[in-house]
Amino acid sequence: MNTILVIGGTSDIGRAIALRFAAAGWRIQIAGRDTAGLAREAADIAARTTSDVSVHRLDILSGPSFVAFLDSLGSLPDVAVSVVGLLGDARRAEADPSHAADVMRSNFEGPALLLGELAERFVSRGSGVLIGISSVAGERGRASNYVYGASKAGFTAFLSGLRNRLARHGIRVVTINPGFVRTKMTAAIKLPPIVTAEPGEVADAVFASATGKRRGDVLYVRRIWSPIMLVIRSIPETVFKRLSL
Amino acid sequence: MTRLSGWGRYPGADVALLRPGAPGDVKAALHDVDGVIARGNGRAYGDAAIGTRACLSILALDRVLAFDPGSGRVTVEAGMQVNDLIATFLPRGFFPPVVPGTCFPTVGGLIAADAHGKNHHRDGGFGDQVEALTLQLASGETCILTPENALFAATVGGMGLTGVVLDATFTLRRVESGLIRQQTIVAGNLRAAMAALDEGDAAQYSVAWIDASATGATLGRSLVFLGQHATAADVGAERAHASLAARPPARLAVPFDLPAFTLNRASVAAFNTLYFRKGAMRAGASFLVPHAPYFFPLDAISGWNRIYGARGFLQHQCVLPLATAEAALAEIMQRVAARGTASPLAVLKKLGAGHGLLSFPLPGFTLALDFAVSDDIFGFLDDLDAIVLRAGGRLYLAKDARQSRPMFEAGYPRLAEFRKIRQQVDPAGKFASQLSRRLGL
Ligand SMILES: Cc1cc2nc3c(=O)[nH]c(=O)nc-3n(C[C@H](O)[C@H](O)[C@H](O)COP(=O)(O)OP(=O)(O)OC[C@H]3O[C@@H](n4cnc5c(N)ncnc54)[C@H](O)[C@@H]3O)c2cc1C
Ligand SMILES: NC(=O)c1ccc[n+]([C@@H]2O[C@H](COP(=O)([O-])OP(=O)(O)OC[C@H]3O[C@@H](n4cnc5c(N)ncnc54)[C@H](OP(=O)(O)O)[C@@H]3O)[C@@H](O)[C@H]2O)c1
Repeated sequence: MNTILVIGGTSDIGRAIALRFAAAGWRIQIAGRDTAGLAREAADIAARTTSDVSVHRLDILSGPSFVAFLDSLGSLPDVAVSVVGLLGDARRAEADPSHAADVMRSNFEGPALLLGELAERFVSRGSGVLIGISSVAGERGRASNYVYGASKAGFTAFLSGLRNRLARHGIRVVTINPGFVRTKMTAAIKLPPIVTAEPGEVADAVFASATGKRRGDVLYVRRIWSPIMLVIRSIPETVFKRLSL
Repeated sequence: MTRLSGWGRYPGADVALLRPGAPGDVKAALHDVDGVIARGNGRAYGDAAIGTRACLSILALDRVLAFDPGSGRVTVEAGMQVNDLIATFLPRGFFPPVVPGTCFPTVGGLIAADAHGKNHHRDGGFGDQVEALTLQLASGETCILTPENALFAATVGGMGLTGVVLDATFTLRRVESGLIRQQTIVAGNLRAAMAALDEGDAAQYSVAWIDASATGATLGRSLVFLGQHATAADVGAERAHASLAARPPARLAVPFDLPAFTLNRASVAAFNTLYFRKGAMRAGASFLVPHAPYFFPLDAISGWNRIYGARGFLQHQCVLPLATAEAALAEIMQRVAARGTASPLAVLKKLGAGHGLLSFPLPGFTLALDFAVSDDIFGFLDDLDAIVLRAGGRLYLAKDARQSRPMFEAGYPRLAEFRKIRQQVDPAGKFASQLSRRLGL
């Protein structure tokens, strides 16, 4: 039986991913800092499916704890997906360095270091799939949320380099850019419907990618994001700086 | 502030919308607010799920807490929706014990309205299925209630006014397939329709579509739809098994408000005649249908509430005691046909007794009619209310947006008991909706 580790199991996207794999009979490991929230998800997954679910405590800002965390999993997962992230308050991050640092560390440093550690173990085993949930916000810095965007850009670049290094070891590294997703992170924001996915669509994309049914190293959940981002990336900086996107 | 209305899109109000992420967050969310009411998925038609100041959305409370595959007993958070219950448990051979005419309500909403299904005559309402529930009180405490508690009887059908239901335990029905064996009976007039529903008491499910345009000798002509869960013996083991996991088809959508004149006397009468003829062609022997079109025919078109135009619409749903039902129904149907603006979606059903202090059902017949909001509709519906009142009937709070306080008070004989309990558990009136303010609940 296959096992997936969902890092950030209390998020709406993480929950949807765990349920998607559980429905297909996978063993589930969910990790996060909110142990009561994780227990709630574990009970839900176990009741809705017949899968085996285990809960693991993890603070993504505490790098030194990662080795002990991975040792505590019991068995090394076949697939690991990092869903952890922090949108933060963009206005606050502009002027409050400690908040900006939290955003950078939660989206980049923590997930990158943990996936890096997992990569070492996957290489010595000789198999595994690493999936990072990054963001289209990482493809261009924008006035409205560049701290978040920059941290996602860092994560995306890290995944790209890791992919490049691990390709010859038979370890796959996949970057998922969800576009907008209707979750509690975005509950208060009015999102345009055609470019906004449900958490279940992100889960379907992750599942299809992990099981080899959807090819590609960098995926947009809704494919319409691919041409949109092509345009956004190609606007010259001299023009871009005057736009408000 | 968020603009909210019920399914009928009338009336609307601006309220603060609170969104706790988990049951444990509800207490903190309620702290410091009053004039607040729980809100499920907004499928009540009128003003029941709009607070006087705030709404507490329970949609994020949708986890399953426990499921026993041996007995089908399940404990779920109150924001879990009927469609999720079905998608999760039908593949494992279980169906909710009571479902309303749409699959989008939440468990909390079904308890607060003590919703009836097409099996009310046999199995009672959703509230009758509940073995235990957890209620968040105005005081900040939570309590676990079982049917023996007086507060349980006030909460079932209590429209959110006793507190917030956090979770509930009930037992799912074991089924062998996802299909319904349906039989259609053609009833040429009101008396025949009532007789067919009486005979349908033996059926697991029964409901009638009634032609609100028919007059004279065909007044009240109906198609009576009887149904029961198809067994493996009915359809063969393989098909039965496959049907459990079958997904409902994709939904069509009404993309914008239709102009108010779309549903006029001629178009509705034409639709009704066609629908009646088409249904009548399938009358006689039973046939198999997936459960979704049998239970939730309107859900096939998302946003169908927009066909009534931007002003919204009202549903008038009354229940009439067995003894007075026939005469009162005839009088109502005559007035509606004469007015000529009722919707094509008119439903007649038989109900049994309700057990919550404010439960809508009583042994008799219930009739539900939709009307676009217009300047003169309110007076017309007041006249229908007078007929209901004389017949000893009442109106369904989950559909109501406009009945008068005297009409309401006359229909609900256990109101004093309800008010007394509410006074005890929420003396300051922390929980209040537009409906409770309008009706002095
Ligand atoms: C197409 C259609 C068909 C329908 N058919 C039927 C039918 O056949 N039979 C029937 O009985 N009803 C029927 N209904 C009505 C519907 O079942 C009820 O209005 C139900 O209450 C809606 O649930 P909801 O989750 O959308 O609740 P909402 O509409 O959001 O709220 C309804 C009431 O429940 C209260 N409430 C919601 N959640 C909680 C909670 N957690 N704790 C305390 N109170 C709460 C609210 O305060 C409010 O008073 C139908 C509605 C539609 C739109
Ligand atoms: N929603 C969107 O529109 C959207 C778009 C693009 C990308 N994304 C990305 O998708 C991912 C999930 O987002 P979401 O919308 O589901 O938001 P979310 O619910 O806020 O998810 C964030 C997750 O990260 C966890 N987390 C944050 N800091 C942590 C820490 N220090 N230690 C451990 N866990 C921590 C959170 O745990 P707690 O529950 O303990 O807080 C939560 O599980 C994020 O990476 C986000 O950037 C989302």
